Amino acid sequence: MTHVIELEGVAKRYGGADAPALGPVDLAVAEGEALAVTGPSGSGKSTLLNLVAGLDRPTEGTVTVAGQRIDRLSEHALARHRRTRIGMVFQFFNLLDDLTVVDNIQLPAQLTGASRRAAASRAGELMDVLGIQKHARAYPGRLSGGERQRVAVARALVNRPALLLADEPTGALDTASGQEVRELLVDLHRGGQTVVLVTHDLELARACAHRTIHLVDGRIALDTRAEAVR
Amino acid sequence: MTGSDGDGFGPAAGPDTGGGAPERAARPDIDGGSLKRVLRSGIGGGALGRVVRSGVGRRRVQTLVIAVATMMAVAAAVVAGSLMVATDAPFDHAFARQHGPHLTATFDPDKATTAQLAATRHLEGVTASAGPFPSTTISPVDGNGGHLPSLTLVGRADPGGTVDELDLKSGRWPRKEGEVVLSDSFSGDFLRLGSTLKSSADADAQTLTVVGFALSAGQSADMWATPGQVRALASDGAALASQMLYRFDSAGTKSRMANDRKKIAAALPAGALTGATSWLDTKHQANRNASVTIPFLFAFGVLGLVMSVIIVGSVISGSVGTGLRRIGILKAIGFTPREVVRAYVAQALIPAAAGIALGVVLGNLLALPLLADTESVYGTVSLSVAWWVDVLVPACALLVVGVAALVPALRAGRLHTIEAIAVGRAPRTARGRWAHRAAGRLPLPRPVTYGLASPFAHPVRALAMVLAVTFGTVAATFAVGLTQSLNAVGAADDPQNRADVTAVTGASGGGGPQRHQAPAGPQQAPAASGAGEQTPADPAAVRAAIAAQSGTASYYGTTEGDATVPGVSGTVRATLYQGDSRPGAYEMIHGHWLSGRGQVVVPTAFLERTGTEIGDSVRVTFEKETVSLRIVGEAFDSSNDGMDVHADLASFTKAAPTEFHIEVKSGVTPAAYATKLSAAVRPLGGDAFAESVQEGGGMIVILEAMAALLTLMLVSVAGLGVLNSVVLDTRERVHDLGVCKAVGMSPRQTVGYVLASVVGIGVVGGLVGVPAGFALHGYVLPVMGRAADTGLPPSVLDVYGTPELVLLGVAGALVAVLGALGPAGWAARVRTATALRTE
Repeated sequence: MTHVIELEGVAKRYGGADAPALGPVDLAVAEGEALAVTGPSGSGKSTLLNLVAGLDRPTEGTVTVAGQRIDRLSEHALARHRRTRIGMVFQFFNLLDDLTVVDNIQLPAQLTGASRRAAASRAGELMDVLGIQKHARAYPGRLSGGERQRVAVARALVNRPALLLADEPTGALDTASGQEVRELLVDLHRGGQTVVLVTHDLELARACAHRTIHLVDGRIALDTRAEAVR
Repeated sequence: MTGSDGDGFGPAAGPDTGGGAPERAARPDIDGGSLKRVLRSGIGGGALGRVVRSGVGRRRVQTLVIAVATMMAVAAAVVAGSLMVATDAPFDHAFARQHGPHLTATFDPDKATTAQLAATRHLEGVTASAGPFPSTTISPVDGNGGHLPSLTLVGRADPGGTVDELDLKSGRWPRKEGEVVLSDSFSGDFLRLGSTLKSSADADAQTLTVVGFALSAGQSADMWATPGQVRALASDGAALASQMLYRFDSAGTKSRMANDRKKIAAALPAGALTGATSWLDTKHQANRNASVTIPFLFAFGVLGLVMSVIIVGSVISGSVGTGLRRIGILKAIGFTPREVVRAYVAQALIPAAAGIALGVVLGNLLALPLLADTESVYGTVSLSVAWWVDVLVPACALLVVGVAALVPALRAGRLHTIEAIAVGRAPRTARGRWAHRAAGRLPLPRPVTYGLASPFAHPVRALAMVLAVTFGTVAATFAVGLTQSLNAVGAADDPQNRADVTAVTGASGGGGPQRHQAPAGPQQAPAASGAGEQTPADPAAVRAAIAAQSGTASYYGTTEGDATVPGVSGTVRATLYQGDSRPGAYEMIHGHWLSGRGQVVVPTAFLERTGTEIGDSVRVTFEKETVSLRIVGEAFDSSNDGMDVHADLASFTKAAPTEFHIEVKSGVTPAAYATKLSAAVRPLGGDAFAESVQEGGGMIVILEAMAALLTLMLVSVAGLGVLNSVVLDTRERVHDLGVCKAVGMSPRQTVGYVLASVVGIGVVGGLVGVPAGFALHGYVLPVMGRAADTGLPPSVLDVYGTPELVLLGVAGALVAVLGALGPAGWAARVRTATALRTE
């Protein structure tokens, strides 16, 4: 079995704090797996996500993503790692307000040096799949929360990443929009996309992931598997 | 951690303190500690002070930029202002301060007694007088045998008095015989305190020790000694005269001065008044020097002041504008609108006040040496930074800072609390989206196109940056042009000195050669000093020796002397040329240089004074020979008040060359050539010497130094203005940067994005600033020329080359990029997680 994520003895301390914010943690996520990370505030969920995304570096241990050890990469190499192997979806969307929907989606592709035509083609394909084609020239500020999150998902997928990371993807959405995004994530997983989902919402975790780890005070307190995603 | 709040370009509200899990809610702009302290101490002066201190301390880069930008702006304004003050009628100010004499009169003591002279002080219209002082003229020789020009020596017991209160620049006043004070214009490497002079070239001449240097605005004398000393020198053969110095109640015009002079002469025996100098003549000469610099300093002064206002205004309003959310939080915890306004105005005023104080000190330090140079050029009494400049500039700067801070602070104070918080958190407005759409179509990397469009989100801030870069480019373009023009002026001065070697016949021209005389200071004895004691060489023999000498490339002969021209009172200086004189040609403003007999080339002032123009004929009398010459060119020649005439020697049958100016062949050393030629012509009665390299004139050096200094300061202020704007912009966009980095923007791409956000501004600044600087140069230089009574030739006016202008335009972009480098580096280093959490 190929692991997309391998964490070995990973710990993260901030400043001079005695207790680590995370770890030590050992974790392996297989290709095509959907993992939900749950836990109370301050349990280390976002820290874990940031370490996997290469947004932060561990104090101890090694982080390997898609076969590449990333905990010692330069900032430049980490940026390349993120743009090619990782797609990220945030709670508050993090779309660039001054770019149109299509420009937001194309941005990661353009950062890799893809031609404008290739980036536009891929963005169009994703917008079709996600049902946001009609908003291509709109600005994010005019879209509903659910629509914005779809744009964020499209942006995350534009470079066909090995791993999709979602940080509270429904946390800022109303119930209906949350349901839409939940279904979208399920569809993506069913399509073979490896997904790591950080959430407080146990219902979302159950719906989208067949494996859930529960963090308490930076450590994995529970690691449970379901038969299949509901 | 790389991203930090308050210690760099980063967000003041950076949540990553490193002290806890980042899942905690992002902190507001006021940290928890500050909030607690504020709440504990209540909302009063203490709380307000704490908020202000925290605001100043946490945004250190912005605080530093405010302080440094204000300091540079104030320093530039103090320098420019004090120089403008110094050049505002410096003669009048110095003359008034010294109670200078309206009339400096010399009398024959044999025809007017001391009592008779003393009685003239009671004449109607005389408001003050000094004297009679014994006076004589001596031609001293310095310790190296160098001859000083003839000097007026006046005997005075002290430098003070109700008229002509001398400014003793250094040393002390003579106490005994053998001591003299020299005019400060002689102070330099040749003559210092303690230097000795011989009163004449005679073997038994008296030795005089220089004990001081003094300035007389009215130029009543060149040298002062005790009255007994002057009488003693006069008894050695120099003619003794009596000097009286008068001030009149009416002395503003030439006719009034003529009446005053007549009144004095009429009150004394006939022939007693042997000479009189009007202060108007002295003033005219002094102001000619001063007026040249005024347009230049005015241009720089205006540039500096406008830039100061723009930069300080944009820095302060930007800092207040970006603190809106903090303002909202302050109001939420109970600050009144007035307290918020006070807090933000104070927050701007504290670093600005520090910058202003430092700027005044720096401005004074920079201005003093320039003023000292200015003073030596103007020949006026000691110049210092006017006290009111030191008061007015900081007061105006404080006012500008206060107003710049007050306007946005008042806006913030009026905002409802929730609105203030919302303004600080809300997505940006739709401004500039069209620019993003347009830039996105450019065939450039996405980070670059994204950066190029970003200034349009803040048009006012972008405009301030454009103006800062524009003014910086204007200053640099103007300064580069000015420096080249001044160099061209220096190169055009005295073209005969461009010759490698000069040979002299030993004879003097009509009035004796004058051009080697320095304006002040001792004259070093020329190599041919002994030639005058011999029979002058035959010019034809010297010419033959030059022609026969190996290494001669070309040569031409000249002679100089006084000439008269109808319509011009007194004499003009005539230089007559023999042979191909093109190597010694003056730069031509209009027309052409001499090409044959019957032609004359004259300066601008001559044309204006005589009302003639090119093509007209003038009758010139040289050594009693009068010929009619056709004006064929207007030369750039301001020597002798612009009243030199240049003609072909062949036009005057009796004239013969007294000097030959020689160009040597390539590879021939002028000194070796001169030695060899000297050996050949000395037996004939002549001599030869290599011309030394001429240094730029004092005024040129001073103007260039001023231009360099003021440009450096203005460009620095422009760079700081850009730095501040980019800091504000980067801080506002830090979350977007985090998003970009999260989706894969590399550090290099991030730097590219930030730099691209200012490149467009730099290019626009360059495109506007270079033509504006070009136009300013084209306007100021002719004004400076007119002040010096001369037109300017193309070599002085057309100094810009296309590559140079392109480089200056690029320099505009470079200033912008340099200003943005710091924030760009920070943006590249900031941790993505930190940036993403920043609100």
